[in-house]
Amino acid sequence: MIITKKKEFKDIVDVVGKGPVFIAGCSECATICHTGGEEEILEMKNALIDKKIEVTGSILLEPACHLLNDKRLFRQHKKELERANKILVLACGNGVQTVSEISKDWDVISGTDTLFLGEIKRANDFEKRCQMCGECFVDTFEGLCPVSRCPKSMLNGPCGGSKNGKCEVDSELDCIWILIYNSLKEKDELHRLNELRDCKDWSKSLKMRRTL
Amino acid sequence: MTYRSNLERVLSDGKFAVTVEIGPPKGCDPNKIKEKAKIVNGWADAFNITDNQTAVVRMSSFASCCILKKMKMEPVMQITCRDRNRIALQSDILGAAAIGVKNILCLTGDHQSFGNHPGAKGVYDIDSVQLIHILRNMRDNGIFQSGDKILAGNPDVFIGAAANPYADPYELRVDRLEKKIAAGADFIQTQSVFNVEKFSLYMDEVCSRGLDDRVHILAGITPLKSVKMTERMRFFVPGVDVPEHIAKKMENAKDPKEEGYNIALELISEIKQIKGVHGIHITALFWEDIIPSLVKDSGLLPRL
Ligand code: SF4
Ligand code: SF4
Repeated sequence: MIITKKKEFKDIVDVVGKGPVFIAGCSECATICHTGGEEEILEMKNALIDKKIEVTGSILLEPACHLLNDKRLFRQHKKELERANKILVLACGNGVQTVSEISKDWDVISGTDTLFLGEIKRANDFEKRCQMCGECFVDTFEGLCPVSRCPKSMLNGPCGGSKNGKCEVDSELDCIWILIYNSLKEKDELHRLNELRDCKDWSKSLKMRRTL
Repeated sequence: MTYRSNLERVLSDGKFAVTVEIGPPKGCDPNKIKEKAKIVNGWADAFNITDNQTAVVRMSSFASCCILKKMKMEPVMQITCRDRNRIALQSDILGAAAIGVKNILCLTGDHQSFGNHPGAKGVYDIDSVQLIHILRNMRDNGIFQSGDKILAGNPDVFIGAAANPYADPYELRVDRLEKKIAAGADFIQTQSVFNVEKFSLYMDEVCSRGLDDRVHILAGITPLKSVKMTERMRFFVPGVDVPEHIAKKMENAKDPKEEGYNIALELISEIKQIKGVHGIHITALFWEDIIPSLVKDSGLLPRL
């Protein structure tokens, strides 16, 4: 899932200015992340009204990254949109761009910061799992991704700084290479760490478009 | 037999080598690095030039190597994967070899979040093992990482790598070293050694696998200058192991500088006895002027 976090409210107010503003949330990832679901839309609406900023209306897109759905749903809110000059999007960066694509006459504002593609560990607890490198090879690393989860993306890890299983860059973060090591050790396959892993082919991540 | 560098010659002759680290200045004044270089000139077989160490912006390692070359000193150019992708790294290797740099030490690099530009985007296109391998292929096979041919001169350099005998998990330490040797490392400079006992065990394992015949290991020495520095090394520098008894000695010392100096002398004399160690690599952080006497008093240089 795409993990997002709320922007500081005062930063949003700075960009929204006097409004009037229309708010768009997202029914999928941003709802689960509590950054752009029904509740957060309502919360944002009340907070802006408190600041004497006019909110002309709001919508929960299904989901925000779906171009045709966005078009259809926006048509149902034509009047409210016409009265606004800005659209605040509480969705991931993709959602913001899809809304921008169909809203040339409005200033479209990002209301969240998009962090990573990650796992829901439990409610309100998310962890990075992937940076969409274009060629997945986690099967060679015990199903654990060093590209996205080692801050130095080392393919021949661990570096010399890992301590008590934690990463030298952030003591809250598990060193992914220790996790890979533990898993191999359990299977008695530590020798596999001696294989030299070749440089990654980043040209695979260049694909900008795919059609089915 | 012809040698690529003075360092390679000394090591191949079976002599106990000395390398010394010089950190380039935080500015473009060439006199600053010349002054530091002058102090240590003649007191080592080669001089490491760091590459924006701890991710703090300094004069480039490449330019500093040019300055050293002009002073007729032999540099070991450090090169990290943090700031450059494989294109820039290979290009810098060619450039360095062109101006006569004969030793290159390949590192992954300290993460940018530790330095003075924590907002920088780290590159990390490749890691140190891959960089060593690329350099070896450029030198021995005349090919770039992509497989494309080098057309006008392979970089004929002595290839270095770093090793940390103390890092977690301990079980992997010698494997990691072996991997770097397999990738192409000719010489190794280790993390600063304070815990000699643990280092000895590491070297036993290195020798029992016969790795001391395949690579030259230079043990890292860092003279402790103060109690504060001891604490920092002990608790905040990743992968350093300062044992309790050394920390205590520093704490109780009337003159911590003198104590730190004596500890360094002791460490050198102990390490010299360990089988498989072919030299010492001295990093005296902000204390370069201590190096000449340290090298002399420990009997490292001049060689008899
Ligand atoms: S290898 Fe690439 S695609 Fe697979 S999890 Fe890691 S970043 Fe994602
Ligand atoms: S400690 Fe582990 S996760 Fe952190 S940079 Fe080093 S190898 Fe990567």
